[in-house]
Amino acid sequence: MEGYSNKLMEYFLHPRNVGEIENPSGKGRVGNVVCGDIMELYIKVENNIITDAKFKTLGCGAAIATSSIVTEMVKGKTLDEALKVSNKAVVEALGGLPQHKLHCSVLAEQALKAAIEDYQSKQAGGARS
Amino acid sequence: MEDTKKIYLDYAATTPTDPEVIAAMQPYFFDSFGNPSSIHSFGQDAKKGIEDARQKLASFLGAKPAEIVFTSGGTESDNMSLIAVAHENAQKGNHIITTRIEHHAVLEPARLLQKQGMKVTYVKTSKEGLVDPSDIKKAITAKTILISVMHANNEIGTIQPIAEIGRIAREKGIYFHSDAVQTIGHIPVKTDELNVDLLSLSAHKFYGPKGVGALYIRKGTRIGNYLYGGDQENGRRASTHNTAGIVGLGKAIELCEKQMDAEAKLQIQLRDTLIREIPERVQEVVLNGHPTQRLPNNVNFSIRYIEGESLLLNLDMLGIAASTGSACTSTSLEPSHVLLAIGLPHEIAHGSLRLTLGRWSKKSDVEQFLHYLPEVVEKLRAMSPLYHKK
Repeated sequence: MEGYSNKLMEYFLHPRNVGEIENPSGKGRVGNVVCGDIMELYIKVENNIITDAKFKTLGCGAAIATSSIVTEMVKGKTLDEALKVSNKAVVEALGGLPQHKLHCSVLAEQALKAAIEDYQSKQAGGARS
Repeated sequence: MEDTKKIYLDYAATTPTDPEVIAAMQPYFFDSFGNPSSIHSFGQDAKKGIEDARQKLASFLGAKPAEIVFTSGGTESDNMSLIAVAHENAQKGNHIITTRIEHHAVLEPARLLQKQGMKVTYVKTSKEGLVDPSDIKKAITAKTILISVMHANNEIGTIQPIAEIGRIAREKGIYFHSDAVQTIGHIPVKTDELNVDLLSLSAHKFYGPKGVGALYIRKGTRIGNYLYGGDQENGRRASTHNTAGIVGLGKAIELCEKQMDAEAKLQIQLRDTLIREIPERVQEVVLNGHPTQRLPNNVNFSIRYIEGESLLLNLDMLGIAASTGSACTSTSLEPSHVLLAIGLPHEIAHGSLRLTLGRWSKKSDVEQFLHYLPEVVEKLRAMSPLYHKK
């Protein structure tokens, strides 16, 4: 497809970390069926470090590739480090995105943040009980 | 098309130019290169090529050669029909009727005319994409000057009851235009039987070259000129003729006239194999368009829980070329207006797959496609957060 880098096609055709994590530490779901892209991102957190990340995505090539690469980028990072992973970093990691596909990278960033927030809110809830 | 590893299932997007058409065009680049408007022999040679093509197209349509205007393609013919008819007949009325499933080449000029003060009614269709002629009738007002309904839809293949709509238009003395870009060269199109006053067509949809088309304009139709600065095409469309292209169009329509019926018969077999087999092999799919009142070469399914662009890219990697109405292949991020107009929810519209057959389609192409489709769908559904295997 026009505007898709070789790296993006590689992540689209052979996506890394597809699937769900059983009993994830955090789960984020963003997008909606109207726009056509839905991303689910699962993380496992141990000692404040993301030890595993997986995704499921309904969407175009860019949506699948961005969600896949973001799971790779955050593995081994602390939560604070992971929160700093921006959509720009995702775009750069894929070797660029066509202009009208940039929103996919924003979704990937939002899915990651949602998963981390889910984890943090569970932690806060746990502390209270 | 000789590449046996690649399978082309996107003939509605464009067709290859038939080698016989290319051969017919060849002399008009160097030997008969003259400007057809020139009176010397070089010009007259070229002019003869154009007039032969005009005769061939007129014969296919059952029309008179003088009723044919050559254009740059379907888009221009559609634009011209709406804009030049609306402007020329503005004194008579300010209302146009069309449908929600027209090509953008009709819808966009309709919107432009709305900005200029014209009123436009967009008639709905059934969920199979059929226009009800009585809906057209109901939309007519004393101010209606033009009705435009496509002959067959480019996405879902539904063939409209054009003759009946044309009869209604004629009774009321309203001009009737039909975009026949998808039907010309594939099914019979006779302007008198269809009761049309204007009809658009494009050569590259029936094995002719790109960049050339025609507009049939019934004798006596009041229509303004469209391009200015020359008296080509009786002044209706100035610009030096695309001689080779027009000759190619003529050859292409001549071949279609001979081969069309046999080709359609074969394509219907392949089409119906796809329509029967896809739901056998992939669960949770929906056929879009009318089951029988559809183009011989068109198949359109929505495949649930996946998105069209991903499907297309995966098929492309396997050497299979198809098309989708998913938003992700457009820059607008909106799925196909046709699929939304027939009532598909967004998520189903995003997962549409269009397969269109043509002159070089083989049974083995269809078999190969059917072989690969389930694994591609399975791969994408395994990634889909909405899919839960039953």
